[in-house]
Amino acid sequence: MSARPDTAAFRDVADGSAPLVEVEHLVKYFPIKAGVLIDRTVDQVHAVDDVSFTLKAGETLGLVGESGCGKSTLCRTILRLEEPTRGVVRFEGRDITHLRRRSLRPMRSDVQMIFQDPYASLNPRKRVGQIIGDPMRIHGVESGAKRRQAIQQLLDRVGLSPEHYNRFPHEFSGGQRQRIGIARALALEPQLILADEPVSALDVSIQGQIINLLKDLQAERNLTYLFVAHNLGVVRHVSDRIAVMYLGKVVEVSPAEDLYTKPIHPYTVALLSAIPIPDPQENAAREPLVLEGDVPSPIDPPPACRFHTRCPRATEVCRRVEPPLVDYGNGHLAACHHPVNVAAQDIARARIAPESPLGAGSEMPTLDRGLPDLDEANTAPPPPGRP
Amino acid sequence: MSAPLLDVSDLRVSFATEEGVVKAVDGVSFDLRAGEILAIVGESGCGKSVTALTVMGLSRGPNATIEGSAMLSGVDLVTMDDEALHKVRAERVAMVFQDPMTALNPVYKVGDQIVEQIRAHEDISKEAARARAIEALRSVGIPNPGRRYDHYPHEFSGGMRQRAMIALALSLEPEVLIADEPTTALDVTIQAQILSLIERLNRDRGLAVILITHDLGVVAEVADRALVMYAGRVVEEGTLDDIFYDPQHPYTWGLLGSLTRIDQPRPRRLPLIPGAPPSLISPPQGCHFRPRCPHAFTKCPTTPPLEARLPDNPGHRDRCWLDSETKRARRVVEDRIGLVASAE
Repeated sequence: MSARPDTAAFRDVADGSAPLVEVEHLVKYFPIKAGVLIDRTVDQVHAVDDVSFTLKAGETLGLVGESGCGKSTLCRTILRLEEPTRGVVRFEGRDITHLRRRSLRPMRSDVQMIFQDPYASLNPRKRVGQIIGDPMRIHGVESGAKRRQAIQQLLDRVGLSPEHYNRFPHEFSGGQRQRIGIARALALEPQLILADEPVSALDVSIQGQIINLLKDLQAERNLTYLFVAHNLGVVRHVSDRIAVMYLGKVVEVSPAEDLYTKPIHPYTVALLSAIPIPDPQENAAREPLVLEGDVPSPIDPPPACRFHTRCPRATEVCRRVEPPLVDYGNGHLAACHHPVNVAAQDIARARIAPESPLGAGSEMPTLDRGLPDLDEANTAPPPPGRP
Repeated sequence: MSAPLLDVSDLRVSFATEEGVVKAVDGVSFDLRAGEILAIVGESGCGKSVTALTVMGLSRGPNATIEGSAMLSGVDLVTMDDEALHKVRAERVAMVFQDPMTALNPVYKVGDQIVEQIRAHEDISKEAARARAIEALRSVGIPNPGRRYDHYPHEFSGGMRQRAMIALALSLEPEVLIADEPTTALDVTIQAQILSLIERLNRDRGLAVILITHDLGVVAEVADRALVMYAGRVVEEGTLDDIFYDPQHPYTWGLLGSLTRIDQPRPRRLPLIPGAPPSLISPPQGCHFRPRCPHAFTKCPTTPPLEARLPDNPGHRDRCWLDSETKRARRVVEDRIGLVASAE
């Protein structure tokens, strides 16, 4: 591992500002136990496997991937709702990986979460005022009439009415409930919000309302978001950068727009190509890349590149060597031996990124001739808007 | 044009609840032609699933009132008695549900569930039924069907379960397949597989499909025609070209405008439809979309009928009082189709 820059290089020196969150080689395995009297760990679910990234204050990082790729576990591990197996999480430069519960508490008020299911994440027996006020009560923020006033201001801010204070969750629609969840996340004026599929359960016409609200709040309060979703269309609208996960690994990180115009990893190409475009002529014109088979089991993930079992470009090297996460410049990283949409000069300039997994090889990717050409598969140039 | 395979006419379904009578389906009419894929698109609670369940005779119950008719080549499925309906289900019309995790019985082997259905309808031996079930599993692209026959649903992945559901639905070779959000619970790459399977079955066997979905992307990918439903009513009906390139109803504009598209430059803010769908216990008088519609005017408190309003296109019908010139002018918002400007 001689060529690997040390972890201090994670910090963006040129920028001058330390990132808000640094995640370094984070690993979370869930043991599978068996045995009658004595539990033996017979296997492990490799939920998150050596993931590194940083999050700057005020930015939104979108995290996408299919179910079971580890994106929710990653969120929960950053929050210490799950104990990491290995790796480091820093918040404002402070290592929080091994903090005790009591010392974690101040950090908890800075990091809040919005959950996917607005029906399951609000206690049906509590009134809205209580639900939003509980974080304040626990952390001793405000009290009495002042707290009530603060809660009513929050209700107003998220698009509900202050009179809703005494209502119960069942009196609200899905979109309104998600607004309550957002108000609760804002109650302690956090810096970072982890939003785990916050609009997946909502209808399209309501999704837009919630996404616009989240964007407004971010601009107003300089919030930082880690926005988890399986829908690449939604993520694009909120994110500054996007990370794509597959089976516990980050396979591509990119500035938001580049991911759609110039995806580098074949899995990203496949994901984009699988999204039906709501335009019959566009759909008929493109040649979708339909991936064969299912995502392999995270209990026994494929060796080396985890995508090689389904990848149309996989070769011998993909079965032997884990591809390093390579920086192609402009913050566009991808872990693939046979990248798409890159030219020889891009590879000549590329460097192995400090975020690269520890077990990855150090070979640089190659441009093999004779591999299936995916460049055309999904990235038709944006057509002019059709009035 | 051949006679329609399924002709649904003025279907009305309401449910008595403690809060009042919910008018889930409020006068829905459409026909399904042989060999076509008809999409019914709309948001939760618009009545698209209840319409499908009623056609299958599955919405009957002591608190349900059903009016109208659903004629399947001359026989009415709405008034048909349970025994006759039992024959129609699976043999002529079959259904696939959204959640393949709960639609299969977890304590029976997948193959045995298919055999059970075949033998309930046909007098054939166990061995012959088993062979048919394995063939059905093979035809939907399940690898190694002979071994998969003996597996339980939990041993299948989500995509495989949905394939098994389709195999079950098609095991008696029905003419019509009703698929209720068949890909909503699946990941996009698996969704692409299931959609191409449905397309293949439609093409190779001439299977007519009613595809219920909330996703206009899915509609654009596989359907021939589409119905747009809102608050219990069909608000627009037409071919894909009609719906996507010449939409007549403001709700359709709003749906098209609020989509996140990956193939176009992203707008700074996501355009949306203001407000929320109405209660179906006390829907607004007249056009149900009126309270959310920025184009509503004096005529809208009277319900507009679903009819062809474009002289040269009798197949394109909608429920909006605006004249077509006004519609063409107003539906373009920020150079694309939409309901309101994204900036608010």
